[in-house]
Amino acid sequence: MAAVEIDVKYVAHLARVTLTSEESQRLGAQLGNILGFIEKLNEVDVSQVEPTAHAVPLVNVTRPDEIRPSLPQGDALRNAPAKANGLFMVPKIVE
Amino acid sequence: MEYEVVIGIETHVQLKTQSKMWCGCANAFGAEPNTQVCPVCLGLPGVLPVANEEALRLTTLTGLLLNCTIARYAKFDRKNYFYPDAPKNYQITQYDKPSTFKGFLDFEFQGGIARVNITRAHLEEDVGKNFHFDRSSGVDFNRAGVPLLEIVSEPEITSADMAHEYLNALKEVLTYGGISDCDMEKGMVRCDVNVSVRPKGQTALGAKIEIKNMNSFSGARRALEYEIPRQIEVVSKGGKLSQETRRWNDEAGITETMRSKEQAHDYRYFPEPDLMPFAPDDDWIASVQRRVVELPLARKQRFMRDFDLPAADAQAFVWDVPLGNYFERAAQQTKSPKTVANWVINNLRARLTETQTTLENLKFPPESLVDLTGLIESGKISTKIAQDVFIEMFNSGEPPSAIVEKSGLSQVSDVDALGKFCDEAIASNPKSVGDYRAGKVAALNALKGQVMKLTKGKANPNLVGEILENKLKN
Ligand SMILES: [Zn+2]
Repeated sequence: MAAVEIDVKYVAHLARVTLTSEESQRLGAQLGNILGFIEKLNEVDVSQVEPTAHAVPLVNVTRPDEIRPSLPQGDALRNAPAKANGLFMVPKIVE
Repeated sequence: MEYEVVIGIETHVQLKTQSKMWCGCANAFGAEPNTQVCPVCLGLPGVLPVANEEALRLTTLTGLLLNCTIARYAKFDRKNYFYPDAPKNYQITQYDKPSTFKGFLDFEFQGGIARVNITRAHLEEDVGKNFHFDRSSGVDFNRAGVPLLEIVSEPEITSADMAHEYLNALKEVLTYGGISDCDMEKGMVRCDVNVSVRPKGQTALGAKIEIKNMNSFSGARRALEYEIPRQIEVVSKGGKLSQETRRWNDEAGITETMRSKEQAHDYRYFPEPDLMPFAPDDDWIASVQRRVVELPLARKQRFMRDFDLPAADAQAFVWDVPLGNYFERAAQQTKSPKTVANWVINNLRARLTETQTTLENLKFPPESLVDLTGLIESGKISTKIAQDVFIEMFNSGEPPSAIVEKSGLSQVSDVDALGKFCDEAIASNPKSVGDYRAGKVAALNALKGQVMKLTKGKANPNLVGEILENKLKN
């Protein structure tokens, strides 16, 4: 299976993970192999196959528009690394 | 060189549902922070979103109101990005299979009707709300997961004013259809504007510059009024604009660079594996079709055409739908709809406001208003008396003719009866009589007023004038 070249640095940036150069190399090879497996699909004739958005042949799964109880504020914030005045506190947002 | 402007608008509007898009948390403004949240809308691991059917209905209804095609197969996708107000690190939206697309919106502009084509309207979810402090920020996720509709226009808008009118018309349609309350103060409507300039006649578009996240229509107009001349200035001096995202600084009244093309996000859209596609059948679409209402512009035009109303009256009945419906019921029974419209707008509306009454609690039927105008037109009562009859009718609900009969308010048109009152007025006002005979025509009004007083306003004023003139000639 031919491995596919992958821009590990870019993908790592998109995922907001920091990699050492050793990790970059190891993961790059692994990711390339995974894409290589998927490349195998190119060998199959899919011209007669309808594209699908989902593997399960099911549509129209909905719920009625009804309010259900929410979490108490304390529970909602329980996992927050930092909280104040009922808010999840985060590093100052700049854009 | 002359330049032309090309503007496209993306409008985000919160749908009027009870609960959020993927969970049962309340879709309501103003609660204590993080009290309308659950594992689903907080993006905790292992949860499964389930689509709110009413949000799907409102999306389809919007499509129908905006003359769009309704997709028979729509799906949801993940738009990936990191930002503290997006708890899942992706937003669920519709990327390549939106629920509705290819429509248009007509609206009044510069004395005519303008049309802007709608590219698509797709369903997504709102994000949380950020609060900024000195050295940190705080996030409230009550808004996260509220159903949000993004309505994308074609780049066909050609001025800041036209953009403003488009937005107003869109808001009116959405409010009318019950899609959204469109309360700007509560952030229910926000828009992004794409704007570019090009030499007149050139077909290729100039560099697309996006101004993000404006939360008022007047803000959008002011941003464009700043941005358009800025771009023209750069280009006309031989400069080059490049694709970028800018923000509107409302206080400074300027747009500022947010990020360039190089810094643009790579969202890596892919199909949302947690949600099934939506493929509505004929029955489902027909059930939404039944919720389609007459659009504001169509209503205005119909009122002007069918009832011969001036634009301002028709507009009043567009803004106040129940009042317009009430007028319509009355207008169908009269030959003078304009007179009835005056009574509805000037008297009925004012009285309803004064007494804080709603039309449902109104005591008299539309027919009574028609009868009242009939009594005036036939000369049975004066316009002034009609005001009193109206108040009585409003208070008791009695038919106007019964009120006139009962209270003896009928206008006295009997020449002999009026003659006696005229004699009385002449006898007791020698000064006015002298003035009139000396050529002061206005003195007749004083005598007329006397007669009206003597008859408690019931006399036919024109007839009184004639009788007095005759008597004073001799
Ligand atoms: Zn929730």
